[in-house]
Amino acid sequence: MKTTGANLLRILLERQGIHTLPGIPGGAILPFYDALHGSAIRHVLARHEQGAGFIAQGMARVTGRAAACLATSGPGATNLLTAIADARLDSVPLVAITGQVSQSLIGTDAFQEVDTYGLTLPITKHNFLVRSAAELLDVVPLAFQLAESGRPGPVAIDVPKDVQNATIEIDALPEPGRRQPLAPCPDEPIDALAHLLAHAQRPVLYLGGGVISSDASALARALAHRASAPIVSTLMALGAIPPEDPLFMGMLGMHGTQGTNFLLEEADLVLAIGARFDDRATGKVAEFCPRATIAHIDIDPAEIGKIKTAFLGLVGDAADILRRLLDILPPQTRPAWRARAAELRATYPLQHPPRSEDPLHPVNLCRFLGEQLPADAIITTDVGQHQMWVAQAYPFRQPRTLLTSGGLGTMGFGLPAAIGAALAAPGRRVACVSGDGSILMNIQELATLAEENLPVAVLIFNNTHLGLVRQQQELFYRQRYEASRFASSPDFAAIARGFGVRGERIDPMGDPLEQISAALAGEGPCVIDIPIHTTANVYPMVPPGAANRQMLIAQPEPAHA
Amino acid sequence: MRHTLSVLVENKFGVLARVSGMFSGRGFNIDSLNVAPTHDPALSRITAVLNGDDTALDMVTKQLRKLINVVEVVDFHAGEAVQRELLLTRVKATSKTRSEIMQICDIFRAKIVNVAPDAVIIEITGDEGKLTPFLKLLEPFGILEIARTGLLALKRDNASA
Repeated sequence: MKTTGANLLRILLERQGIHTLPGIPGGAILPFYDALHGSAIRHVLARHEQGAGFIAQGMARVTGRAAACLATSGPGATNLLTAIADARLDSVPLVAITGQVSQSLIGTDAFQEVDTYGLTLPITKHNFLVRSAAELLDVVPLAFQLAESGRPGPVAIDVPKDVQNATIEIDALPEPGRRQPLAPCPDEPIDALAHLLAHAQRPVLYLGGGVISSDASALARALAHRASAPIVSTLMALGAIPPEDPLFMGMLGMHGTQGTNFLLEEADLVLAIGARFDDRATGKVAEFCPRATIAHIDIDPAEIGKIKTAFLGLVGDAADILRRLLDILPPQTRPAWRARAAELRATYPLQHPPRSEDPLHPVNLCRFLGEQLPADAIITTDVGQHQMWVAQAYPFRQPRTLLTSGGLGTMGFGLPAAIGAALAAPGRRVACVSGDGSILMNIQELATLAEENLPVAVLIFNNTHLGLVRQQQELFYRQRYEASRFASSPDFAAIARGFGVRGERIDPMGDPLEQISAALAGEGPCVIDIPIHTTANVYPMVPPGAANRQMLIAQPEPAHA
Repeated sequence: MRHTLSVLVENKFGVLARVSGMFSGRGFNIDSLNVAPTHDPALSRITAVLNGDDTALDMVTKQLRKLINVVEVVDFHAGEAVQRELLLTRVKATSKTRSEIMQICDIFRAKIVNVAPDAVIIEITGDEGKLTPFLKLLEPFGILEIARTGLLALKRDNASA
């Protein structure tokens, strides 16, 4: 078969099962766009390459399979970088394809030339600069294999224009790249872990995003019940364990509940599963779990001992290790420890006024959304206070229902990720909870949303501030507020309508929850602008650098607030 | 503590940037780094000398093993490997001092490879225990320039094996 590099790339992507491809065209990627003409691949035209990257991320985070995105050279590629770096920190399988100037022009400061290979090198799992059309036969399957195998992550493929235009004769097409099986964890550490769990008095399971990516949620829950070990969760593991589970203690760390962090102070064994001891989870590392022996299961050997020395490290797929552990672990009842966990949970609930008094308190609002939306609804967030309120109060009941930028903390993630989620999970309800700061960072994707007409509700928790910045300035910078208040606040409902999306502004004087409910019941995409208190803070909060036991808790609200 | 890491890598585009970028990106300090092809043209060997405790070294090794183009990582403990460095130095040498410099070179089995009226270039091979005192002895004459390869290392074979 005689074909062009561009056409070959399209065929290879089709064989990888790519049927939705977000991107933006430009000069150096035009031969590939020409090859897309008439293809079965549905191209989704984003309005900014970062949007395209996060749409692909939304698809990948919902399905667990690698998604691809497209951009041209130069600014197209640099605009993608944030979405790639974000995928790296949250271990999301992503294949980013960029056009590049022709090889004869590389290094000449040509129009829209940038060293995409050099720029993506430190933020990808691996990256390629394709030197000939024939190389595509190896590079494309390998890119998908690498993105999905082991610890998932982003892979970048930079394709010069002359490679896309080159003619090539091919005899056979390669097999699509697939997730490669891992070397199984040996038996000895699993036996040792069973022994540790059997002899601990106060064990705790500390779940991270790896539990979700290895589909080990049910196994982790079974282990908790077998071992009578309470469960704490990172932001990335929310959804793995339903909140009504009696052993579930919620999120740990900077904005975790007090009882959860106190429980870890008392634990004598902490088993981390697919978690990476991020500073937002551990607080001051030296004082994290001070009485506990640490055991750590991770797919990435470099995570074992990276932050906190593990007494026992197990490298492998969490689901496989947990299954084999459950085969040999005898049941433990530990009534006193279970009772202690229940007591801590009951003693330290999230502090918030009752709904009847303050329906728009963010905690009440998140719980209300949890009642309004089905259990399989997908919630994306942006980054800031609203993200933490959602994490604290929204009842995530299933894995892969919370899509959030955990590691990089990228404002602007929510809307395009919600579009990707809706594209990848047709028929499911998708809501993006955002803030009035974050939504402006990728608001242009409302045009994409209108065009695709997807069932995405964007709920803006509007406090006319960069709320988490304002909160930190209040608490840690002597209330010297600098650049955290928006003097001009746009009319988001009108902006939405301008993009062709239904827009509603909630009037706090009427019945706000009824208005939200009515807005959510409408057809198609919508933006719901919800005014919340301008000075509400996320509590509890561990001051940066402090130990997790040193949480600040809500002060009683002054009467005029 | 000083560690010598020998890293076998695929001879692919950008591999040096990948390895050195990992070192800088994760805050590991390298004392020296040498890269050159092996007898197999598909493979290159990177020899890196690092300062750090055992935990830091463990992390470097694990991060290196994660890089796709890295084939093998070996950490040489003291005495396990033959370690050598090639050093070239240009030293001020007048007709008065030249013979004294030649004597020092003899003692250290160094070679004078270039002679000019006011300077010589000397070539010497060895480990740090040899090169450091050699340079110290040359210092009073006036060292003008130094170029060195960084440490190279290969595992010793056990004579009884």
